[in-house]
Amino acid sequence: MTRITVGPFNRVEGDLEVRLDIESGRVTRAEVTAPLYRGFEQILEGRPPLDALVIAPRICGICSVSQSIAAAAALRQAMGLAAAPNGILATNIAHAAENAADHLTHFYIFFMPDFARDAYASHAWHSATAERFTATKGSAAREALPARARLLEIMGIIAGKWPHSLAFQPGGTTRAIELGERIRLNAIAASFRGFLERVVFADKLENVIALSTPDELDSWREGRGGDFAHFLRVADALSLNDLGTGPGLLMSFGAYHDVDGAHFRAGIRTDAGEIEALPAHRITEDVSHAWMRETSLDPAESRTVPDADKADAYSWCKAPRLAGEPVEVGALARQAINGQQLITALITADGGSNVRNRVIARLIETAQLALSIEQWIKALRLNEPFCVNSGETADGHFVGLVEAARGSLGHWLAVRSGRIERFQIIAPTSWNFSPRDADGVAGPLEQALVGTEVGTAGARAVSIQHVVRSFDPCMVCTAH
Amino acid sequence: MTVGSEGMTRMLWLQGASCGGCTMSILESGASGWFDELRQSGIDLIWHPSVSEQTGDEVVELLEAIRDGRERLDLLVLEGSVARGPSLSGRFNMLAGTNRSIYHWLLDLAPLADYVVAVGSCAAYGGIPAAGINPTDAVGLQFEGSDVGGALGAGFRSKRGLPVINVAGCAPHPGWMMESLLALTSGDLGADGLDTVGRPTFIANHLAHHGCSRNEFYEFKASAETMSERGCLMEHLGCRATQAVGDCNQRSWNGGGSCTKGGYACIACTSPGFESAQNYLQTAKLAGIPVGLPTDMPKAWFVALAALSKSATPRRVRINATADHVVMPPGRPSDKRSS
Ligand code: SF4
Ligand code: SF4
Repeated sequence: MTRITVGPFNRVEGDLEVRLDIESGRVTRAEVTAPLYRGFEQILEGRPPLDALVIAPRICGICSVSQSIAAAAALRQAMGLAAAPNGILATNIAHAAENAADHLTHFYIFFMPDFARDAYASHAWHSATAERFTATKGSAAREALPARARLLEIMGIIAGKWPHSLAFQPGGTTRAIELGERIRLNAIAASFRGFLERVVFADKLENVIALSTPDELDSWREGRGGDFAHFLRVADALSLNDLGTGPGLLMSFGAYHDVDGAHFRAGIRTDAGEIEALPAHRITEDVSHAWMRETSLDPAESRTVPDADKADAYSWCKAPRLAGEPVEVGALARQAINGQQLITALITADGGSNVRNRVIARLIETAQLALSIEQWIKALRLNEPFCVNSGETADGHFVGLVEAARGSLGHWLAVRSGRIERFQIIAPTSWNFSPRDADGVAGPLEQALVGTEVGTAGARAVSIQHVVRSFDPCMVCTAH
Repeated sequence: MTVGSEGMTRMLWLQGASCGGCTMSILESGASGWFDELRQSGIDLIWHPSVSEQTGDEVVELLEAIRDGRERLDLLVLEGSVARGPSLSGRFNMLAGTNRSIYHWLLDLAPLADYVVAVGSCAAYGGIPAAGINPTDAVGLQFEGSDVGGALGAGFRSKRGLPVINVAGCAPHPGWMMESLLALTSGDLGADGLDTVGRPTFIANHLAHHGCSRNEFYEFKASAETMSERGCLMEHLGCRATQAVGDCNQRSWNGGGSCTKGGYACIACTSPGFESAQNYLQTAKLAGIPVGLPTDMPKAWFVALAALSKSATPRRVRINATADHVVMPPGRPSDKRSS
């Protein structure tokens, strides 16, 4: 047995180190370390509750809108408020724009460059892939980065700036949209659709979303241009559906809530493929392998107190569990729980989540989000308010549960005498990149890495890179 | 290992205790994308944690080669604060795969660079991680809040004799970062181009208040009372843009926005210590008068002028200030619509 350390593990958001035990060219055990702690939960304690709208988004520069709206949701509960319907729509538009931008950034900047590596030089598909996706030099970035910047102009209109905006309040959004701005939003949505249909899918978004079986997907990609089909061909050539199988249980908190409920519904998907209600009260955080002191397991009651010298600990990330189980979250989970046909069929066919399906789910979701953005812009009622006055916060326990691009994000807020008494955050990558718990059960990535073939490449094995990046990890969120 | 080509400016970008937001912001830069823009500007990004191909031991080899003087380093950019804790061990922020903290890597690498640039208020002054009890002993590269010192010490000078250049902001505008980097590489930015807390004066000579779309409301002290109203945000809703530097309202963020255009206060994110404020979206007042008055305005004048201008406020301005839509358009007093 040899033990190797992979790090710095880049092209993820933030810092990551992975330790692997290798036997006969395969991973037999993995330990995932989040090597950065900043202490947001400690920083928030004692502050006026609304200050969470300034501090919490700054956990993460890549999903700051998600962090904002999780904090705003908890505060809304503390104020017993209902947000203005326009504010909810504007929030959804901005949130969808951020999540779609995240999916694009992941695909083009973080994930695909690994297929352009020299390690694949002998493959027939390599030269086209290298031309298109080589990190910082490939032709794709020249199209994807301007498209991303254009999409984020939605933030200039709705949120003032991105990242880190104060536009997302408990009562709605801070900027009423005028007719000219709605027209500009339409134009941005149209150019985003244009980019997706021309560059990513080489097809109408409606056709992409209508794909419902693995066979349809296979025949759709035959001879098709576009970067999605390119990925599907590489994925087949490398059998990426055999790589990085997750632990089984999937979870979503539900996303893009409006007056009719969640656009993507909340729930869990069991190993057996059953969709069940979300038992949110059974969420716990175990610190047995985190550099943290023991407090309550319940995020509503626990605190975060670092202990850098703790024996047996190997990460700043706590281990979130749902009814005692590790859980995979992300676009794949969201789509599966929402009953998206293609994703459900792929998971059934492959017996679970894997590197290929995670990427497919993100791109399908991006197509859906582009359509939803168009609809939400239409639904704005320009003459009605965008924001309801924020009230006083009550003392007590409150929760804001949302879906960030990378999965389920929760903020647990305790208010006492008008101040934040405790603030606990469980981020998507805290779930996916969790360390072991007190029973020694490994987190989802730790499980997904086991069995990965590294051959003689050891720490340089590109398969490791694919598995890790398929989760689109955000390490700055993880330990926060 | 050799990275990059001769004749190009070799830039290494590292992330300390950051949220990655500065990188997310600068990825919006450049008409054909940031990577193209860098190449066109003669900057060779020898490594950046979010975007480069090299990973794991390839990166460790590169960092060691720079440390040992085998590779040249022109620009060292840090995003994120320097977490020195616990007890100056830097263990709150280890550079993965190296068994060494970012803090200690920076102590090694910074003296070897021609220029050291702190992007964002974290790298400049400590920023959000330094808020509250500052759990990780976070500081900026050469400042701790507004006190000179920080991780590298007050006396630090890069190889070209410059202190750390602080491109403050949370997150900074992509233009601030790119323009500062390019002004350095073109030799146009020197020590005389920095203000007392290390910010380039081409940014810091402006206030965020300049060019705000609410300036007419400001003149008449016609103020918004709750979020999403159109009036000036200074009197009630916490706006600190008359004290915060930046050309925020003179250039557009994300194709047309700014904080105050977005309907919320400037929280002075370009200022050292902005993270220590509380009740950001409420104006702190003493006897009904905002505590944070425009930096260069005596209080008595402000009070007198405010009283005068309030008495002269046109009806249109007064009414629109507390509405979220324009309820009274501009027009002559004789005009029926405005009566
Ligand atoms: S809202 Fe702020 S920046 Fe705008 S005019 Fe008022 S004080 Fe100035
Ligand atoms: S307006 Fe103020 S808070 Fe907003 S970016 Fe500028 S300096 Fe920062």
